[in-house]
Amino acid sequence: MNRRTLLASAAALALPALLPGARARAQTPATPVPAGETLKVGFIYVGPVGDGGWSYQHDLGRKAIEAEYGDRVETTFIESVPEGADAERALTQLALAGNTLIFATSFGFMDAVINTARKFPNVKFEHATGYKRADNVATYDARFYEGRAVIGTIAGRMTKSNKIGYIGSFPIPEVIQGINSSFIHARKVNPGVEMKVVWAYSWFDPAKEADAAAALIAEGVDVILQHTDSTAPLAKAQEAGVIGFGQASDMANFKPTPRVSSIIDNWAPYYIRRVGQILDGTWTSHGVWLGIGDGEVEIGEITEAVPAEVKAEAEALKAQIASKAYHPFTGPLKKQDGSDWLAEGAVATDEELSSMNFFVEGIAAQIPS
Amino acid sequence: MLRLEPRPAAPAWLELATPVMAVIATMIAGGVLFALMGFDPVAAVRTIFWDPLFGPAASYSRPQLLVKAGPLILIACGLAVGFRAGIWNIGAEGQYIVGGLCGAAVALAAYPAEGAWIFPAMVLAGAAGGWAWGMIPAMLRNWFGASEILVSLMLVYVAQRLAAWMAFGPMRNPEGFGMPGSRNLQQYPSAANPELVAGTGAHWGVVAAALAVVATWFLMSRHIRGFHIRAAGLAPRAARFAGVSPAALVAFCLGLSGALAGMAGLFEVAGPGGQIIDSFGSGYGFTAIIVAFLGRLHPLGILLAGLLLALTYIGGELAQLTLQLPAATVQVFQGMLLFFLLAFDTLTRFRIRSARAMA
Amino acid sequence: MILDVTTLLLLISAATPILFAALGEVIVERAGVLNLGVEGLMIVGALAGFAAAHATGSTALGFAVAAVAGAGLAMIFAVLTQMLLTNQVATGLALTLFGLGLTAMFGKPYEGIKAPPVPAGPLGVNAMIWLGLALVPLIWLGLNRTRAGLILRGVGENHDAAHALGYKVRAVRIAAIAAGGALAGMGGAYISIAIVLQWTEGMTAGAGWIALAIVVFAGWNPWGALAGAWLFGGVTVLQLRLQAAGVAVPVQLLSMAPYLATILVLVLISARQTYARGGGGTAPGSLGRPFHALR
Repeated sequence: MNRRTLLASAAALALPALLPGARARAQTPATPVPAGETLKVGFIYVGPVGDGGWSYQHDLGRKAIEAEYGDRVETTFIESVPEGADAERALTQLALAGNTLIFATSFGFMDAVINTARKFPNVKFEHATGYKRADNVATYDARFYEGRAVIGTIAGRMTKSNKIGYIGSFPIPEVIQGINSSFIHARKVNPGVEMKVVWAYSWFDPAKEADAAAALIAEGVDVILQHTDSTAPLAKAQEAGVIGFGQASDMANFKPTPRVSSIIDNWAPYYIRRVGQILDGTWTSHGVWLGIGDGEVEIGEITEAVPAEVKAEAEALKAQIASKAYHPFTGPLKKQDGSDWLAEGAVATDEELSSMNFFVEGIAAQIPS
Repeated sequence: MLRLEPRPAAPAWLELATPVMAVIATMIAGGVLFALMGFDPVAAVRTIFWDPLFGPAASYSRPQLLVKAGPLILIACGLAVGFRAGIWNIGAEGQYIVGGLCGAAVALAAYPAEGAWIFPAMVLAGAAGGWAWGMIPAMLRNWFGASEILVSLMLVYVAQRLAAWMAFGPMRNPEGFGMPGSRNLQQYPSAANPELVAGTGAHWGVVAAALAVVATWFLMSRHIRGFHIRAAGLAPRAARFAGVSPAALVAFCLGLSGALAGMAGLFEVAGPGGQIIDSFGSGYGFTAIIVAFLGRLHPLGILLAGLLLALTYIGGELAQLTLQLPAATVQVFQGMLLFFLLAFDTLTRFRIRSARAMA
Repeated sequence: MILDVTTLLLLISAATPILFAALGEVIVERAGVLNLGVEGLMIVGALAGFAAAHATGSTALGFAVAAVAGAGLAMIFAVLTQMLLTNQVATGLALTLFGLGLTAMFGKPYEGIKAPPVPAGPLGVNAMIWLGLALVPLIWLGLNRTRAGLILRGVGENHDAAHALGYKVRAVRIAAIAAGGALAGMGGAYISIAIVLQWTEGMTAGAGWIALAIVVFAGWNPWGALAGAWLFGGVTVLQLRLQAAGVAVPVQLLSMAPYLATILVLVLISARQTYARGGGGTAPGSLGRPFHALR
């Protein structure tokens, strides 16, 4: 055993005792918070709350907690936390400040959450979109691909050029699921439809997103789907007279067109439920992946720019997905290379989806490696 | 009309007083800004400057100052040596990134082997990577006369894209469910750069920063090379007549600052950061320029300046936590701090005289 | 077909913000001042321009206010570097931090609001694009064919000589910094008013740093700035268009290309300067050096 690992393990053992916050709340997992005592809930965001997209929606969830529980809870947040070392410090600061439930709202916070959770066994952590869990670390994610199926249906019906564009952020499973889901459902209602994909390599870069939208429009695309957070693609769509969809938030400013509908991350129901479970002492760790049926993925108002029958069709699909009568990845489906993926009637497992790294048959674009 | 008249030598008390005056002026201007925004100015200033040191959670945040200040001090020490010689490496951010990439590459290539050689090899690779990235502007300046300011800055962007490419491509964790980012080196014992003594925050990068302070102090004040550097900065032509080779000096300064920045990157990726991600360069290289100036290009000054900047980062987080002050406050504070320091510095270099009295 | 009129139009639009900022920095650097605070100037312009356009409903007024705001912030830099002789590299970096922070703090009320539309100009291209293109020959003429331009270049090449000839080095530089700030502010406002149509913090996303690269690529020449803006804008647009056409492109590697090209251009320019003596497009002799008149 070398010296460094020896020191490291000594540090791991000794640290909790040194931290004042670690003993501040000696609370066993299944004890309700007594009436009259305030529960402190902390959040860390990867972007500024004013990003109008991802972090903004999480902050709406935080505000919903305050609205729901009033004096019983007190919430705080730290915004624009870089992934890596700073995240661990921000989480620790929140724990030391007496927050007993902490939401970490970006995938990149994963290892920081696990490390911090080890130091604070009495603090509960909720990590968005990650896959590492512990007794006091739960994970939660949204089935964005369910919403993409509905939007894909509208896109397939609305396109006249039969070309749909998709602005992807990064080639990661969550985005690839969305591209596949929207393509499958656009093709279902319009067999002639093609999908063009552009990777912006950013979650938020308005100028780049605008250029990406323009590049798609130049390719003859007349419906744009986006998995990046700014409104720039909608602005471009408006200029060019094509349509698009709100992403993460409703982007209602662009109603009724170019924004004909939207896919909204609604974290409020989950946040309210989990805070409630802490309050009544029933919180346990889990990994959940919630969708339309749970109210976590919402479809924003479908505007009058969409014909009534298309709107009805989209809403019917949404209802079927919500009731779990239909799964957006139901066979027969083939992979892009023509190999079989799902047999007739078979449904993709969550494991397959969460590491999805291929396009389905019919998409001409490539996933960068 | 006021005019400036150079001083032959600044009085010692003024050298020491100006940074303090700058900090106080920043607190006052910051307080006014907070008051305008509807925050309690006294509470805000206290939270940022006092609480990380003496507040309720200070036993945690004090060591964190070292974690945050370590890379800043390490990089700034190297930069200051060059700045003294009039050699402007503003691409430390790129050298930091490349150092981190090279060090991580050694670890990832060795994975999952364990051995005492791995960490030292990573440190060497990190330093070599940063050195090499710093030598590009050095050589282009020596061979072609290309401005090292501009070349080193361009290479920051190249390095940032290199990091993104690595995080998505060659260095992507094969067990990471297709998500970007390398393996976490904190979980790889032979490659990890952990806290050395529990509760101090000190990892090898902090140790290296402390050594760098001592070494650059020795270099600048006790070594002939340091004399050459100072001479070149003050009177380039005279230095040349005295036998100082400008080309060798350029190579030495950019190589040294590159190597230190590269080591800082390596200590960060193996320690607090843990992994190569697409946004691996988080601005330490640029902030270190501020630290170097704030520390008046003196190793001891840099030590204090690094800790002060770390204080504003951590205090800024606390202010978000307790007062809901926006995150951007820290940037405004750092910007103002530097403005005031640079402005007050004029007092040490020049006397302010009334032009009318002169005439 | 990828290289068509559409691509060209896209490219020109994408290049407009960085063209404005780069033209401004050309003026500043030709006067011998290195202002690394372009990103800060752009973001302040983006917010001020958006706020004014929103309040008045006039995008033209928005751009005017952005210019004033950019010049105003640049005055901090001018006072510090010209009157108090602070280090230009450090002051510029501080300006960027300050601008980014300040706009994030004061931009909160403008989040989530839409800008008024920019009226389309001749050929369906808005007036700002035309103005950007028109500024290229105007600034070139101003720098190379007017007395004021001659003085500005003289100040940038050798401030001691210019001073000895009786020119007011400090005043010329302050004016250049103000002009540069105004143009950077307008470039930033183009992003918020004409491209994104909203204000969000940090929305310039590094455009100011690209503008700095372009100035070097340009060899401190306005025509070069146009070429540089089109190269940087072009690489982005081209890789996006290739992607949209279904071609797999190594995005990160491709996006390094303009920076590597900039280094190459800088090396070529410098080599010509070092070995051949003379020729245009060289770095101003006094770039980044403080000027202090002893008498």
